[in-house]
Amino acid sequence: MAEKKRQAGEFAVTQGPSRSALIIYSVLAVVALLGLADATYLTIAHLTGDDAVCGSLAGCSIVLGSSYASVKGIPTASFGGVAYFTVFSLSVLAAFGYPWVKRPLTLIIGLMLLTSLYLLYLQAFVLHAFCPFCLFSAALTFFLAGLLLAVPATR
Amino acid sequence: MKRILPFLIIMIVGLVTVGIATAVYRHKVHPANAAAVSASPLAAASATKDGGDVDDGTRHVQGRLDAPVKLEIYGDFQCPSCANASTVIGELQKEYGNRLCVIYYEFPLAMHQHSTEAALAAEAAGLQGKFWEMHDALYQYQNVWSRATNVNIFFETYAQTLGLDLDRFRADRASAVLLAQIHAQADAGSARGVENTPTLFVNGEQIRTAFSKESLKATLDQALATKKGS
Repeated sequence: MAEKKRQAGEFAVTQGPSRSALIIYSVLAVVALLGLADATYLTIAHLTGDDAVCGSLAGCSIVLGSSYASVKGIPTASFGGVAYFTVFSLSVLAAFGYPWVKRPLTLIIGLMLLTSLYLLYLQAFVLHAFCPFCLFSAALTFFLAGLLLAVPATR
Repeated sequence: MKRILPFLIIMIVGLVTVGIATAVYRHKVHPANAAAVSASPLAAASATKDGGDVDDGTRHVQGRLDAPVKLEIYGDFQCPSCANASTVIGELQKEYGNRLCVIYYEFPLAMHQHSTEAALAAEAAGLQGKFWEMHDALYQYQNVWSRATNVNIFFETYAQTLGLDLDRFRADRASAVLLAQIHAQADAGSARGVENTPTLFVNGEQIRTAFSKESLKATLDQALATKKGS
């Protein structure tokens, strides 16, 4: 009985996060929205074959036109979009006091961080070219990871 | 209400994102009217290039092969950056005259839906001596045809304006030999380390800087100076 109550409690809304946690989760949500906008824009650019987003930046065209820009025909940026939307959703839930979101949020931001590091490696050492939109996304992911570490531990 | 509010926020943001993304996507792929392409700009394009095209099926040359600076470009006709580079190179050709030789190789990218068809149109036009005119038209009107589902009507309009034999143009575009030539050009490029477009080489060295006019001019001037000094 106590176990069932505990399990129900895990998924129920608590009295809410602390003020600092609330601020951090809100910032997380906003940063995730920026990442979502960036990823969505890149996805559309890829689907419409429009690498004019790069203007005359040769490196940008090299990265967005490379084989790494899609995975089995699906734009790589779209995976980023899904990840950012998930982070946004979980951050909103956390801000509203759902305590169980911290674990999945940590997992997904961890995965995003690893993927960003891999994509940075590809740009630096394989493609020898950098795409500003991709670097912006990587910076956002690092920021998300930093914010998550700053969330105070639940009482 | 507090229990529903976060889910409501998430749903609204999701719907707004999908809505905006769909609207932007539709705006970008809206097909243009083929009849809106007027003949006069193409007629002007066909008058701009001199002879000197040494067309052996492996490349297209404009200018003298013994020119001090050779600019090689691997291009994809559906690539917007290539269209930009083509405009810049056209201006540079006017400035450098006989000192610059431009060599074009086909490198259609799989990510572009119509790039191989465009390459075939250019190569087919080349068989009738109008490669560079078709090259210019394809880049100039890239915005129009690249978003269409059926590009044949556009390419045949350009061919007609260039005075090509349409039946021969159609047959050549469908030829396996021409397709093999395009793949051979692309394969040779890959063997040289070309992965994307546009990739430019000046006197055999790959350019890794921006493709702006200022930057390319600086590279060409440096190549000229090196040639003079050697």
